[in-house]
Amino acid sequence: MRFAAWRISVFVASAIWPLLWLYEALMNSLGPDPGKVLVDRLGLGTLILLLITLSMTPLQKLTGWAGWIAVRRQLGLWCFAYVVMHLSGYAAFILGFDWSQLGVELSKRPYIIVGALGFLGLLVLALTSNRYSQRRLGGRWKKLHRLVYLILGLGLLHMLWIVRADLLEWAVYAFIGAVLLLLRLPPVARRIPRLKGRKVISATKV
Amino acid sequence: MLIKISKPSDCRESDVTPESLYLSRRQMLGGAMAGIAVSSLPRWAGAADAARYAGVEPGKAPSWFAEKLPSTQWGAVTVNEPITPFKDATHYNNFYEFGTDKGDPAANAGSLKTEPWSVVVDGEVGKPGRYGLEDFMKPYQLEERIYRLRCVEAWSMVIPWIGFPISALLKQVEPTSKAKYIRFETLQDPKVMPGQRSGFALIDWPYVEGLRLDEAMNPLAILAVGMYGRELPNQNGAPLRLVVPWKYGFKSVKSIVRISLVSEQPKTTWQSIAADEYGFYANVNPTVDHPRWTQAHERRLPSGLFSPNVRDTLMFNGYQEEVASLYAGMDLRKDY
Repeated sequence: MRFAAWRISVFVASAIWPLLWLYEALMNSLGPDPGKVLVDRLGLGTLILLLITLSMTPLQKLTGWAGWIAVRRQLGLWCFAYVVMHLSGYAAFILGFDWSQLGVELSKRPYIIVGALGFLGLLVLALTSNRYSQRRLGGRWKKLHRLVYLILGLGLLHMLWIVRADLLEWAVYAFIGAVLLLLRLPPVARRIPRLKGRKVISATKV
Repeated sequence: MLIKISKPSDCRESDVTPESLYLSRRQMLGGAMAGIAVSSLPRWAGAADAARYAGVEPGKAPSWFAEKLPSTQWGAVTVNEPITPFKDATHYNNFYEFGTDKGDPAANAGSLKTEPWSVVVDGEVGKPGRYGLEDFMKPYQLEERIYRLRCVEAWSMVIPWIGFPISALLKQVEPTSKAKYIRFETLQDPKVMPGQRSGFALIDWPYVEGLRLDEAMNPLAILAVGMYGRELPNQNGAPLRLVVPWKYGFKSVKSIVRISLVSEQPKTTWQSIAADEYGFYANVNPTVDHPRWTQAHERRLPSGLFSPNVRDTLMFNGYQEEVASLYAGMDLRKDY
């Protein structure tokens, strides 16, 4: 496998956080409401992983290194793994496995609805992330996976509705997300300079 | 074969108060006796009071507090539920002036200087003025009030406050006949309060809260200056804060610098930000949801990862008998 060491490093770097948080929770160092802390951290982790996943393509364009693309799917799947843990934590620590309450929440709370839609989107992308689906779907695969831009919007909206008093942290993530989306607009994408590797053919006359 | 189907109303084994806590009410009684014993000792022995609860970090009490503490009436109001550990009550706080994370107040409030401190009393009162806190506090006998604290975010604690009833303050400042509401204002000092420096804050500082005058006169409503047998830690609203146990925690404004008697309902902070989520009354009410979550249950902290301590929220946080009459004839769905 190409980039084996790099792939394994990314795997370890993504897997380590939930393990560390679980350890902290077991050592009672997450404070008096560890369930809520875990749910919040896993939710934020999902958003950060989504942003990291979305930065792989621009980074590849910028540096010309294929290693970025080699870990893109893995990062996307980690994003899905975090959202599954986020939802499990929500079901266990916030709802206390009260499924009738889940129905109430899903029908009444806009931020829960938006979060649930985002989760469904990630589920579809995770299920179709394998080679078999890529072959089956052909050209439609790429279109389908553009859903990720919508999912990013849903995730940011979900977070915005939870923030209560200070928008700074949210604004930082929203800004990064906006830049990553901007870099995909064709007129912008064409102008991403390549720092090293293959020379960019310049159209400018000297 | 016996199949036992438990009713939802049945107590689970995890609901049963641990024996150690049950037995510790004797320690509490013992503590109260010790308190009486200590209170008869000279002032230098007062430091022993902080040891009335386990794990209490000793503070540096201002002299007016140290002088008043020995004559405190311990356990004036109690509740038959385990008291939240001091560490949790002081490291899990909402005090957005010091940051929006629950740990921020404990980390950042050390820079707050609570001595000297002055309180302005103004508006519809016979005796307006600016008082040094030591003079402001002179007339009052301290009492320990062990209250439930229910946060609007659906978590709760049980905290032993030390303070005095607002009714005693009102007697001192002599409200005029025009006074209908009491308005409280928190310190505004961006130099020591990082939350007030943020350009992305949705809060229009200073933090403002208020009560109807008859609510403020209710014997349960107090101004607190201490907790767990010591002065208030900064992150809990030192040196002077409001405690209104039948309302959501955000009503209990911290680090008060101004108390005004007014004729109009004050514009309170959270109501100004999101009136559909936070009302002026903010009475604890399990039947009126927050738009984003249910208020029917609460997590009593500490709530473990594998033993979540979830309990039903009580009407008026369990103080129905004392306060329900204040709201007779009102539609609490509308006036939430």
